[in-house]
Amino acid sequence: MSAVAPPVRDDQQREKPSPGKADRPEVSDRARQEQRLAQRLVAPAVVIMLLVTAFPILRALYLSFYTYSLTSPEDRAFIGIDNYVTALTDGLFWRDIGVTVLYMVVTVGIELVIGFAFAMVMHRVVFARGLIRTSILIPYGIITVVSGFAWQFAFTYQNGFINGWLPGIGDSFNWFGETTPAVIAIMVSEIWKTTPFMSLLLLAGLAQVSDDMIEAAKVDGATWWQRLWRVILPNMRAAIMVAVLFRALDAYRIFDNIFVMTSGAVGTESISFLVYRQTIEQFQLGMGSALSVLLFLSVLLVAFLIVKLFRVDLAKARGEE
Amino acid sequence: MKQRVGLVVGVGLILVWCLLPVVWIVSLSLKDAVAVTNGSPGFFPADGAFAGFDNYRDAWGNDQFRRAIINSLGISLISTTLSVILATLAAYAIARLEFRGKKLVLTTALAIAMFPVVALVSPLFDMWRAVGLYDTWPGLIIPYMSFTLPLAIWTLAAFFREIPWELEQAAQVDGATSWQAFRKVIVPLAAPGVFTAAILTFFFAWNDFVFGITLTSTEAARPIPASLSFFVGADPFNRPASLLAAGAVIATIPIVIIVLIFQRKIVAGLTSGAVKG
Repeated sequence: MSAVAPPVRDDQQREKPSPGKADRPEVSDRARQEQRLAQRLVAPAVVIMLLVTAFPILRALYLSFYTYSLTSPEDRAFIGIDNYVTALTDGLFWRDIGVTVLYMVVTVGIELVIGFAFAMVMHRVVFARGLIRTSILIPYGIITVVSGFAWQFAFTYQNGFINGWLPGIGDSFNWFGETTPAVIAIMVSEIWKTTPFMSLLLLAGLAQVSDDMIEAAKVDGATWWQRLWRVILPNMRAAIMVAVLFRALDAYRIFDNIFVMTSGAVGTESISFLVYRQTIEQFQLGMGSALSVLLFLSVLLVAFLIVKLFRVDLAKARGEE
Repeated sequence: MKQRVGLVVGVGLILVWCLLPVVWIVSLSLKDAVAVTNGSPGFFPADGAFAGFDNYRDAWGNDQFRRAIINSLGISLISTTLSVILATLAAYAIARLEFRGKKLVLTTALAIAMFPVVALVSPLFDMWRAVGLYDTWPGLIIPYMSFTLPLAIWTLAAFFREIPWELEQAAQVDGATSWQAFRKVIVPLAAPGVFTAAILTFFFAWNDFVFGITLTSTEAARPIPASLSFFVGADPFNRPASLLAAGAVIATIPIVIIVLIFQRKIVAGLTSGAVKG
């Protein structure tokens, strides 16, 4: 859970010249000084960021060419790309990729629709704003593990209430007994927790659409539906795309809810969960590293596909919003 | 009129959406432990299955749980503080100074925000054990800092760009020393942004689960989400639902308090820096 949408304001904002800077002769000297100060200011943050990401992922790349198990570390040996071959020819890997993509597509799609509806309501509403804001931040702030527990217990027939509330479902229906219902339960928890974030991003985008334009369309006789599709949505395209990109990448890394609700049983395992299981439960560091590298590459691929497919222009989104 | 009714219904739906599961977990935490073990379906505790605050007393009385709360508070607060200090320096440079590599810093931050955290589990597990950081507070504080820095940098840079820095010079022209100008003019203007970044960072650290379960093995450093998930009770196939619910509610209280006090700031931070934790 750590998607950062690019800032709404651009970063090529003009530097305000310090007083006297422009008319002094040693401009380049000052610029160099500024340069050095700036680099010294960003250095600690950059070092910390790379320390725990770039270095370990390179280390994972290295380990992925070895057979290396914590249960017998002395047997560590170079085996080339065998780990990759094993992973990529195993049906389990592809099934988990498929399940992960399913989680991503379904949850982001539903979040987008519900999040947009929430944003519309919040945009129009003039009363109880503090109350709505507070409520919408609770799912956002709550621990994912807690959300997972809340929904898992809600779905269980032993102590939950959902079987009793849903018509057409028997009181003793076991949601976690087979793949489809278990996947649905996990998705519900995921969607519940992350829709508020989506709606806040969309609300910010909605605020950028000029009221005059909507009013003009209304005067011209456009129906509500036409105004939505022809005026509002096209004008907040950048905001929607950024929200989708970041939520999608976040959803692709789904792990917490699966761990808590099913522990990956009955075919609910995601690719992140597979990596975890190989490393921590089976102590296969070589294989786990190979899977880590594959996970990393697949995230890059997903990000690339979304940017290409939806033509998300990050720079534009940053500059225009 | 019709529109107003629609809005009221919409607001009602939003409130139900956000609060129903919260009410449910509180309700579950009030169910009697014995009744829950035998199965006690329904939204509210059944007649005779109401436990009052028994589960809370049990959860709070559990050493492991209390340790986990302390770990979580300590680790989250320390990593938030360090991360916000480093991010403030970096964001100041990004917002105020012209330098080569600015784009690179922002891109790195963005890339790390999208990084698949689980991919680090395997190498970090190995590295931390080699250098003795496994199952220690610093062992979690360092990765938390790495992953909260992007969020803090983006938010702070967005806030700092909005500050009218000319005021600093104006104050100096009016006779303030540069320290006074900084303290009396810039700090009050920058403080809300720094504060918002701190809240979002804290949320992230408090919520983390992947590092929490993989880089700890005992209660020496295990944070609350990990501790809750490992708390299985006597029967692994029948977890003590009401006790866990009580623990979950306790773990949610800090979040609720922060949200209640700072809701306006958090929304401003989320949408101006457009950040998620």
